[in-house]
Amino acid sequence: MSTEMTTTAPAPVHLGVGDRVRLWWDALPRQTQWVAGVVGVLLVALLPVLRPPVLTTVGTDFAGVLAQFGMYALLAIGLNVVVGQTGLLDLGYVGFYAIGAYTVGLMTSPSSPWNLTDDWLSREWGWLFAVPVAVAITALSGLLLGSPTLRLRGDYLAIVTLGFGEIVRLLADNLSTVTGGGRGLNQIAYPVVGQSAERPNGIFSAGNTGLPLNSGTWWFWLSLVLIVLVLVVVGNLERSRVGRAWVAIREDEDAAEIMGVPTFKFKLWAFLIGASIGGLSGALYAGQVQFVVPTTFNVINSMLFLCAVVLGGQGNKLGVILGAFAIVYLPNFFLGRTELFGIPIDGNEIANYRYLFFGLALMILMIFRPQGLFPARQKLLTYGREVYVIARRAAAAATGRRTPDTTGGAR
Amino acid sequence: MSALVLAGGQVLADGVIDFNVGALGRNFWSLTVSGLTYGSIYALVAVGYTLVYGVLRLINFAHSEIFMLGMFGQYATLMLLGFNPSGDVFQQGVLLTIVFLGVAMVGGMAVSGGAAVVLERVAYRPLRRRGAPALVFLITAIGASFVIQEFVHFVLPKLTGNALGGVNAQQPIRLVQPSTQFELFGANVTNVDLVIVVAALALAFAVDRFVNATKFGRGIRAVAQDPVTATLMGVSRERIIVLTFLVGGMLAGAAALLYTLRVPSGVIYSGGFILGLKAFSAAVLGGIGNLRGALLGGLLLGVMELYGQALFGTEWRDVVAFVLLILVLMFRPTGILGESLGKARA
Amino acid sequence: MSQPGGLSAGSEHGDEHLADPGRADRSTPEAYLPDGGTDAEAVAFDVAEVHPELADEAVVAEIVAADREIHAAVGEPLLQMQGVTMQFGGLTALDAVTFEIRRGEILGLIGPNGAGKTTCFNTMTGVYRPTAGQVVFDGQPIGKIKRNQITRLGIARTFQNIRLFSDMTALENVVVGTDARHRTSVPGAIFRSKRHRQEERDALDRAMALLEFVGIGKRATQQARNLPYGDQRRLEIARALATEPKLLCLDEPAAGFNPAEKVELMDLIRKIRDDGFTVLLIEHDMRLVMGVTDRVVVLEFGRKIADGLPRDVSADPAVIAAYLGVPDDATA
Repeated sequence: MSTEMTTTAPAPVHLGVGDRVRLWWDALPRQTQWVAGVVGVLLVALLPVLRPPVLTTVGTDFAGVLAQFGMYALLAIGLNVVVGQTGLLDLGYVGFYAIGAYTVGLMTSPSSPWNLTDDWLSREWGWLFAVPVAVAITALSGLLLGSPTLRLRGDYLAIVTLGFGEIVRLLADNLSTVTGGGRGLNQIAYPVVGQSAERPNGIFSAGNTGLPLNSGTWWFWLSLVLIVLVLVVVGNLERSRVGRAWVAIREDEDAAEIMGVPTFKFKLWAFLIGASIGGLSGALYAGQVQFVVPTTFNVINSMLFLCAVVLGGQGNKLGVILGAFAIVYLPNFFLGRTELFGIPIDGNEIANYRYLFFGLALMILMIFRPQGLFPARQKLLTYGREVYVIARRAAAAATGRRTPDTTGGAR
Repeated sequence: MSALVLAGGQVLADGVIDFNVGALGRNFWSLTVSGLTYGSIYALVAVGYTLVYGVLRLINFAHSEIFMLGMFGQYATLMLLGFNPSGDVFQQGVLLTIVFLGVAMVGGMAVSGGAAVVLERVAYRPLRRRGAPALVFLITAIGASFVIQEFVHFVLPKLTGNALGGVNAQQPIRLVQPSTQFELFGANVTNVDLVIVVAALALAFAVDRFVNATKFGRGIRAVAQDPVTATLMGVSRERIIVLTFLVGGMLAGAAALLYTLRVPSGVIYSGGFILGLKAFSAAVLGGIGNLRGALLGGLLLGVMELYGQALFGTEWRDVVAFVLLILVLMFRPTGILGESLGKARA
Repeated sequence: MSQPGGLSAGSEHGDEHLADPGRADRSTPEAYLPDGGTDAEAVAFDVAEVHPELADEAVVAEIVAADREIHAAVGEPLLQMQGVTMQFGGLTALDAVTFEIRRGEILGLIGPNGAGKTTCFNTMTGVYRPTAGQVVFDGQPIGKIKRNQITRLGIARTFQNIRLFSDMTALENVVVGTDARHRTSVPGAIFRSKRHRQEERDALDRAMALLEFVGIGKRATQQARNLPYGDQRRLEIARALATEPKLLCLDEPAAGFNPAEKVELMDLIRKIRDDGFTVLLIEHDMRLVMGVTDRVVVLEFGRKIADGLPRDVSADPAVIAAYLGVPDDATA
């Protein structure tokens, strides 16, 4: 420690493309932002209907891929709370996904001993009833896993969560009288609405695949609605005492504790909220596929979810959604493709190598852009917008003058 | 875990899980022998995790794939020696078998050790240069793990013209036909058990001596304890790191041969994952970063999971391993022997 | 070892071994971008544009002043160290240390290196539990209270080796401090209850006022790690004050400062006291201590060797003896 250090000024201002976009966006009036957001969501929602030429997958149903993306996006948002915001390394997140899916399965599948749909719960509304139960049970499991283990330091927590994820899968596999073991649970309930002559089992039935608005489209739309809801909730948390506590824990847990942050409590909250979102996604999955088997919940999937979060940019809610999109979409993009822009390719062969490319991409990304593709600083204050807009304007003005005097004289 | 609680009532009512105490009692010693063989394999792989963690504070998640490469390394070596997968080395006579196994082990160690060094060079060193945070290393390790696995899965069969087996599986290689050598408290001890335990003990002893009694080992411990001071004292940190990966990789390669002796059908691209997970659990169990902890943790895990298997049934073996890990960490948050390679007694 | 514009928070990421010393501050992903990280907010702006009322110093002081009931009257003991002994293995770091901090004073805690100042500090703030004796704060022993609750009881501290939340802006850092007084939690935040919104508004106002108070209001929207070193120290003080402490403990706040900055710091410490806070100052620099404190406690080898007015203490032969061998500091 020497005195020369005291005179060092911060690095000169440099506005990147992302910063300019943020500056422009934040300076927009609230109403404009809302309109733009709604239009954006609508455009995304129209994807399975418009089926844009190159974007649409060839080998698998595009709407189905998007529906899967919806679930992964939810998972990424949930895991982002735990890993991206709070900095707790959870390698067993798939366990929560599994618990959510299996709860719905156990409650509504005829092959489950705890099936409720043949007594007092109707097949039509069974799924809807099971979803909140699934979320609650997953939240509880997050609490049960978190309360003894969250006192462990980072790397130990990682291995314990990994073990948890494996245990959940093994339980699903081994408790065969309850979970059906490797055969899984079938005929899981789904919401039966919008029945018609063409869709005798309603719009959400996996049966209607050939029709223009197939079940995938409807599940995608449902998941979009849930994503927006979850984003609002998580956003509200982020811009509050809770989000600030999370980031403080990530940055320096001891200092946070000494600044009066009940760190254990907020770590537990992060775990619980992350778990419930994972459970919600699992419940969605069970309803869409109407079938759960243990192999879907391999620990390797936890790694994929983690990749979605890291790829998108930890801490950035919208970034991790794009990360989830990349994870789900890219392998499917190549499936069944024989040419791309006129160049002949063997799409299936490429799709075979997806994990290879994926691993390579991760390694390269970590070297050159470890903060992810879309890093963004979180906004942690509810009413901080105007302060930041004014500050950014000053920043922009200063960059315009090309002589940013950052040492303090710029006012 | 709530699934566990929920299922619990049902399970007890239905008797889905039989608490077969009788089986455990009857087979106690044979389970112990068997557990020790698995345990010594876990221990050898766990050392790789522990050494790297001690020196770099990094979970080398790709270590399981290093182990898997070792299995292919010894497989390839045996093929080069003219070995037929369906054959049986043991028929060549004891002496030749030992030579064969020794050469195969060296082959596995060379492949694993080399791969570990390459991994360090290609994946981790660029990150270290940039001072990346721990999570970035872990993600890279996961990426590397994918790459190695898929390479062996799809690319290797093409390169070798399926000489090492096709895309999905290798032929089981029965290196040595197990035959009982003697009885210990009523448990049959086979030649395979003997080879595994003796080889693992010898290697464990060697690595313990290497870390605790040689100049290189002193360097490893110094870097583990305080990298900055160690560097100031003239220890080349980069060289120590490479050495650490090399030693860890070589042990994994040796473990790969022992594992193939025990589980002949284990040579497959995905064969490293669960074993790696268990070995890592073993390292954590003993106290990650602690060399003797890794050895102890490995043996303990191997024995305990076989007891669990006898008690609850084969399918519960992995569950027992992970539950044990969680329980131990709840009561001893830094493992049984505690962490720190640097403080290991000389 | 604190770096300019960066923190030593790297230990959380476990990478302190990995980065070379010159890069010790690059503990977050963005920090090791090739261009050193972009920060659109890295320009000072005028606080008055957002909060016109903060132009008035009296208003700032008014907002900053904690509005809390303190049992001890002015001049009465606020914190009492009662025979506190602290042993680590065979080493006795504190040996039956007894002294008190009176409400409204600036108490200096000094002593040569290894005298037990920091240990003393850590027992007060609940980081260590004393082996024997007890610490009584505002009439309440703080033996088994959790660290975060001690902060909410009213003891706030800064760190010798700056520990800010480096990825957050200065404003957000301070708001984390105010959160210690917030009542709403997860449900309030999810549903944006009326009380939650009120707390958020108040927190923002108070945080801006605090930044103005310590003199770095114009840096509100810059990331903590991009602040100049001196401003980081000030930000630590603002963050500690945000918890509305009854007692503010400063751990070597002048470390690495030049003489001019030290004078400014002395003014700030006095201003804090005048605003109704009690201050404990651990400092190495005797000139600073003698210039600003009302009373001084001297530790040596874990024992209290003097306790009195700065003038008396500096003339005390035992203190002079203790400081021999540290001639630069002893001349004060």
